[in-house]
Amino acid sequence: MSTVPAELEYTDAHEWLRRLPDGTVEVGITDHAQHSLGDLVYVELPEVGRAVKAGEACAVVESVKSASDVYSPVTGEVIACNPVLEKAPETINQDPYRAGWMMRVRVAPDAVAGAVLSAAQYTEFLDGKDD
Amino acid sequence: MAFIPHTPADVREMLAAIGAADVEALFDEIPAGLRSEPLAGVPEALNEMRIGRLLRERAAADGMVLSFIGAGAYEHHIPAAVWAIASRGEFYTSYTPYQAEASQGTLQLIYEYQTMIASLTGMEVANASLYDGASSLAEAALMAVRANRKAPSRRILVPATTHPHYRQVARAITGRQGLSFDVLPYDADEGILATSDIVAAAGAVALVVQQPNFFGRLEEVDALTDWAHAQGMLVIAVVNPISLGLLEPPGAWGGRGADIVVGEGQPLGVPLSSGGPYFGFMATRKEFVRHMPGRIVGRTLDTSGREGYTLTLQAREQHIRRAKATSNICTNQGLLVTAATIYLSLMGAQGIERTAAASHARTRELLAALVRLPGVRTAFRGPCFHEAVLRFDRPVAPLLEGLARDGILGGFDLAGHYPELGPALLVCATETKTSADVERYAAALGRLLGAPPVPAGIC
Amino acid sequence: MQSREPTIFEYGAPGRGATDQWPQIEADAVADLPQRLRRKRRAMLPEVSELDAVRHFTRLSQRNFSIDTHFYPLGSCTMKYNPKACNQYATLPEFLGRHPLAPVSQGQGLLACLHELQEILQLVTGMRAVSLTPMAGAQGEFAGVSMIRAYHEARGDHERLEIVVPEAAHGTNPATATMCGCTVREIPVDADGDVDLAALQSAVGPRTAGIMLTNPSTLGVFERHIADIERIVHGAGGLLYYDGANLNAILGKVRPGDMGFDVIHMNLHKTFSTPHGGGGPGAGAVGVNDRLAPFLPVPIVGKDDGRYRWLEEKDRPQTIGRLSAFMGNVGVLLRAYVYIRMLGRDGLRQVADHATLNANYLCARLKALGLDAAYPNRRASHEFLITLKRQARESEVTAMDVAKRLLDFGYHAPTTYFPLLVPECLLIEPTETESKATLDGFVAAFAAILREIVEDRERVKSAPHTLPVQRLDDVRAAKQLDLTWTGAPAADSARG
Repeated sequence: MSTVPAELEYTDAHEWLRRLPDGTVEVGITDHAQHSLGDLVYVELPEVGRAVKAGEACAVVESVKSASDVYSPVTGEVIACNPVLEKAPETINQDPYRAGWMMRVRVAPDAVAGAVLSAAQYTEFLDGKDD
Repeated sequence: MAFIPHTPADVREMLAAIGAADVEALFDEIPAGLRSEPLAGVPEALNEMRIGRLLRERAAADGMVLSFIGAGAYEHHIPAAVWAIASRGEFYTSYTPYQAEASQGTLQLIYEYQTMIASLTGMEVANASLYDGASSLAEAALMAVRANRKAPSRRILVPATTHPHYRQVARAITGRQGLSFDVLPYDADEGILATSDIVAAAGAVALVVQQPNFFGRLEEVDALTDWAHAQGMLVIAVVNPISLGLLEPPGAWGGRGADIVVGEGQPLGVPLSSGGPYFGFMATRKEFVRHMPGRIVGRTLDTSGREGYTLTLQAREQHIRRAKATSNICTNQGLLVTAATIYLSLMGAQGIERTAAASHARTRELLAALVRLPGVRTAFRGPCFHEAVLRFDRPVAPLLEGLARDGILGGFDLAGHYPELGPALLVCATETKTSADVERYAAALGRLLGAPPVPAGIC
Repeated sequence: MQSREPTIFEYGAPGRGATDQWPQIEADAVADLPQRLRRKRRAMLPEVSELDAVRHFTRLSQRNFSIDTHFYPLGSCTMKYNPKACNQYATLPEFLGRHPLAPVSQGQGLLACLHELQEILQLVTGMRAVSLTPMAGAQGEFAGVSMIRAYHEARGDHERLEIVVPEAAHGTNPATATMCGCTVREIPVDADGDVDLAALQSAVGPRTAGIMLTNPSTLGVFERHIADIERIVHGAGGLLYYDGANLNAILGKVRPGDMGFDVIHMNLHKTFSTPHGGGGPGAGAVGVNDRLAPFLPVPIVGKDDGRYRWLEEKDRPQTIGRLSAFMGNVGVLLRAYVYIRMLGRDGLRQVADHATLNANYLCARLKALGLDAAYPNRRASHEFLITLKRQARESEVTAMDVAKRLLDFGYHAPTTYFPLLVPECLLIEPTETESKATLDGFVAAFAAILREIVEDRERVKSAPHTLPVQRLDDVRAAKQLDLTWTGAPAADSARG
């Protein structure tokens, strides 16, 4: 069973977001996502300074047998990417919610909030997918 | 005959196991209205003896001629061992090495091939090959757009001295994705690109540099490479692999070297075969490897720590990335790569260098013999490699027809692609030609031009 | 277990070489080449004797499975016997020696073969014109979709940029759509493997360029609603593209042209038995109906007054262009021509009959072992899908484990994990040239593996055991890229 920390928010595309005290948002992929992808071998991150829209594909996570887009859950500007992932993509497998964060986004002031799920809603969403 | 092994008894037993009355019953899901008598008009079978005779007759009708055509496909000596080994059923009838454990032969061979291509081109990595030289240029252009994200356009600069068919193919394959090609003129006296002639280059993605160029002339690759890099462009090199025995490899062009290298692999042990199958090679810097299309083989370890080979970086490819793949290419040209790897092993660096030098020497000999004829002169000033353009005082086509009647293919007529040159002929002689062949050509052309016979041994 | 075969480079020594193969050169051969353009350091190529090379590459060949040595039931790949005559007569010295730019006067024999091949492929597929130039199936796909776009544009219909594909489609279909500047709309298939017509109906409209379909589909069943699909797509103004990957299943039974397809590519390396060569060369000839004929890629072989010639851009002003430097993979086309002429009309009919008989027989035998067909209510076409979902759940043995264990029994693995939408699947295509005895042997191996899953599960999970290597570390291969030989052993390959 994959972990779903209560303090984070989620998307139905298996990203998590953490609202930081300075108002920026940290984004990564969930434990469920890293588990279904398997051992990650490469992570492609957006360039710092790039403007992203909520729901826009802005990063790619690759395992040996798959490649998945990662969508920004919010509209804003990418202000930082996790430098560790270039050399150690497996960090996402090992610690998806902390050391495996992917990018930080400064949310645009006039942005319409994207649809996000609470931890409880995401857990329910995951349960609904099992057959 | 369809090479079917079943006896009538086999068929009966198999139908019984299926629970079908007859073979036709197995097609009962095809709507009846669609069924037709589809093979009407297809000829009756010929057995192997009769098809053999038919093909031998047709081949004999085409005959064997003495050819001085190059223009992107070159006749070189092919050691007998090359195709004796490449034609082994284990290479010839195997599939793509998806099941790595059952394909170590093909995979190791490709790894060795990648090493040879990288070394020959002076680059860090190579893929397992693409279809041919021309389509490789198209793939290189698409790759340059992916790799040079800072470029504000999808424009590629391509000199008019690049093989005209390559330019056509690049346009046909990449145009649908919005790439465009700005054709750069060449210096009329020198037949090469001059950076001073390039206008409106700003914002282009990449510069294509073919070395030697379509005219056989040697471009000033160092200056062109540095100039393109200074403009924020990538450099796509198109090279003849045999020439790399003698010429500076693209990895050493200018201060930083070319970024993507492609070319036609045919000269490396592949017969002319009217145009194919050949293979295209592609090499690049390590930093661009994930932008490269096509299969790539890597060396790794197995579960018990032994070394082995496997396809790698497959997340770039269509079977995983689907609509976001680097290309729709699925296959490489495995069998041709097999031949080329054996060829390069037998020739080695020295053999390639000698092949290049011998070819070049034969072409110089040919040029010397032909320019002695009335109304024939070389078109451009400056060094060439194993191919050159001659200008004539009369149209070339009738001369080529006359030579063909003597069993000689005199070269490639440039009237169609380069009308501005006037009557002009691209000629090539490789190491397969002898001084006697050159004399035969010169004598035949001399007769057509109304010159006295060339004395033997003058070259 | 065989021992390691060193790389060719490791056999080398400075000063050694296959010197008999090297040409003689004069001392001043390259005196005119300026030093600044010359190579400064020789390339690192092998320095080996001819016998070193012959032994090394022969040994490498022995580390391959191939049709000549093994049953190769690789779904969607049509690994049938490649008759030796095709190779022999396509490689006559006159054919091999002909320069691509030689005049057609020195090529009438070759062009006659290619022209007849064009005509026979038209008859076989029910199309009106054929171009042989695409160099592989994927390039045939590119040509096909590019022609569809050119057709819409020629009518001033510039908004048609969407290509519809079923979710089970081969990855080349969506990748091709992208190469042609189109976007992809995937549509689902129903529980019996047919296209979901309601989803198709709602997917098509004024933006639809066309649909790409394989029939029989990649699920190994014939698309029964093809007439409805034709009506819906043409009704919306789109065109129908036939992916010829599975043409072997319907040769002589039904023609893509009669099903309403506007354009088709054929994999000559599948249906017409040209060799796969370890992954190429293939050939992906395209056929079209009248409305797409003007757009065919060049060159095409034309015939005027009994003489053959190449039709180029100037003869075909609306062509999508040239896709190869010369004429595509001529040597492959000649092999396909020899194959087709050897089989003739009756032989081609037998192909689909026996390919389908073999697939249905093998499917019935495997089901009798207790294996689950993915589409149990359907006839198999020339191939069928088995799903090991139940075994994976019960015993944690995956389709990949079974595939690897089959290698130990001397059978090449079926296609695994394709199509992606069927969990733990094996796509099995025996082809018409395999005997009942071979199929029975394969069933016996499968039965033995099913017993092993119960009695000695680890034996299956750790397979293969009899090949030069065991399962390879793909993660290491992708993370510690080692793409060229530098002299260091694999264990030392640098990270990054």
